[in-house]
Amino acid sequence: MNGHAIAAIFRFEMARTMRTLLQSVASPVLSTALYFVVFGSAIGSRIQEVDGIGYGSFIVPGLIMLTVLTQSVSNASFGIYFPKFLGTIYELLSAPVSVAEILIGYVGAAAIKALAIGLIILGTAAFFVPLHIEHPVWMLAFLVLICVSFSLFGFILGIWARNFEQLQLVPLMIITPLGFLGGSFYSITMLPPVWQTVSLFNPVVYLVSAFRWSFFGTADVDVGLSLAMILLFLSACIAIIWWMFHTGYRLKT
Amino acid sequence: MAIAVSIQHLTKVYASGLTALRDVSLDIQEGEILALLGPNGAGKTTLISTVCGLTTPTSGTVTVGGHDIIRDFRASRRLVGLVPQELNIEPFERVQNTVRFSRGLFGYPDDPAHIEAVLRQLSLWDKRDTRILELSGGMKRRVIIAKALSHEPRVLFLDEPTAGVDVDLRKGMWEIVRALKNQGVTIILTTHYIDEAEAIADRVGVINNGQLLLVEDKATLMRRMGRKRLHIELNHPVDRVPEALDRYRLTRDDDGRSLLFDYDANSEAPDVAALLHDLKEAGLVLRDLHTSQSSLEEIFVTLVREEA
Ligand SMILES: Nc1ncnc2c1ncn2[C@@H]1O[C@H](COP(=O)(O)OP(=O)(O)OP(=O)(O)O)[C@@H](O)[C@H]1O
Ligand SMILES: [Mg+2]
Repeated sequence: MNGHAIAAIFRFEMARTMRTLLQSVASPVLSTALYFVVFGSAIGSRIQEVDGIGYGSFIVPGLIMLTVLTQSVSNASFGIYFPKFLGTIYELLSAPVSVAEILIGYVGAAAIKALAIGLIILGTAAFFVPLHIEHPVWMLAFLVLICVSFSLFGFILGIWARNFEQLQLVPLMIITPLGFLGGSFYSITMLPPVWQTVSLFNPVVYLVSAFRWSFFGTADVDVGLSLAMILLFLSACIAIIWWMFHTGYRLKT
Repeated sequence: MAIAVSIQHLTKVYASGLTALRDVSLDIQEGEILALLGPNGAGKTTLISTVCGLTTPTSGTVTVGGHDIIRDFRASRRLVGLVPQELNIEPFERVQNTVRFSRGLFGYPDDPAHIEAVLRQLSLWDKRDTRILELSGGMKRRVIIAKALSHEPRVLFLDEPTAGVDVDLRKGMWEIVRALKNQGVTIILTTHYIDEAEAIADRVGVINNGQLLLVEDKATLMRRMGRKRLHIELNHPVDRVPEALDRYRLTRDDDGRSLLFDYDANSEAPDVAALLHDLKEAGLVLRDLHTSQSSLEEIFVTLVREEA
């Protein structure tokens, strides 16, 4: 195990984050605060309760999930896309590091950053609405799992993307819509039956549902099923990345 | 002497279908400086990239320090430092940090004393806390070299280290290469400047169109390929070369003030002595004599042209 390499990559990625600290932390916090003002107060005041929970509190897990998803994907995708774009990836490819070490360094840094932002938003939310977390350990476990799997997904995206447009297209056209339609602001049980069925094809539904369960103890879909789906997604991402490095897909010539 | 890098039957066909290396075999001795010459697109960078793991070989094997570059990539890569042709470097990092990063990436613990020594050797110590984007091109290239030296490689690949570098810096670069050689580092460099190969290389390899045309000891190469030319300066200009000297196929130069005699420096019995005798017989008075030897450049051009 090349521990020095993992540490070097991790430190480098963290330094990159620190250079853009304001943008990385302030902007998600600001947008979450806006969601609370708009959805929680203005609209939420007209929606009484969902599943017996005040609407302002109800949207907290979904909001955190939305931010954490986009943050994980963008952190990790930029982390590996930049070296490709700048050509500095030659160093990584010529270094005595394995795929596992590269992943722990890049994906670990991206996931930790997303996790930190998720927790900051949780803290911010506590200012606006009463919060009670039913299963704090599960809450943290789901948050970590989701940060890691979507950072892996972002890493794949960063390797796959040939230009900045492609890099931003996927988060914009896939992650954000799936996030919004994944029950962040509503319970899918509020939908007509047909749309409930359609929703089950949206992976984000499982994430939000499981995460919300850890807060309030109620879920749209079975928590075990959610967990299985998340682990499946995570394994698939690792398999794809392993394949990318072993074939040199869009990395080596 | 031990073999630092062994390349056997290496072929590279890019996804585009282009064959960039054709059955290249080459053993690089430990501690030598090997210069690879070849026109644009010859395959020099492809060869280096393959040894360093940036390009996947189509067939053939490569070992560094006896370690296969694919099966035993950790061991082989730890020995290798790479300075790529392009100035690929993270612009927002500071000099010292980026060099430390490289050392860590190659699996070595932080060593401020070594980093300082490398930065000093490359005259970058004063710039250690400067951001890369504030450096000139020549300094950036030196930072990339410092990164490659950060992990004390035993084999260093320099892909056109002096491209776009001013004369002083070029000489400085040669000094660095020589110093590294003295530390026992094996150096493979590519260059378009033949005088560079002539000045610092121990051996010279010529690549064209993906084929290694020859690899030879620089001195041997120049001796083998080298034609010598005798410049004969005369006291009184001549209008034509005297018929008695026909067999030497002399050419008039400088309005007849000198005669040129081309001969093979390696031939068993060069005709120089006979020529001098016959010149005297023909009544020509010599003012001065000197010889010149064809440069690597001429040798190189001849080789590549023969190939084409
Ligand atoms: N990634 C690639 N895909 C397809 N063809 C490539 C690729 N990289 C290089 N080539 C081709 O392979 C051949 C050898 O290129 P290479 O870069 O090795 O040449 P070189 O000797 O380093 O040239 P130069 O002196 O210009 O740096 C060229 O014809 C080039 O166009
Ligand atoms: Mg090249």
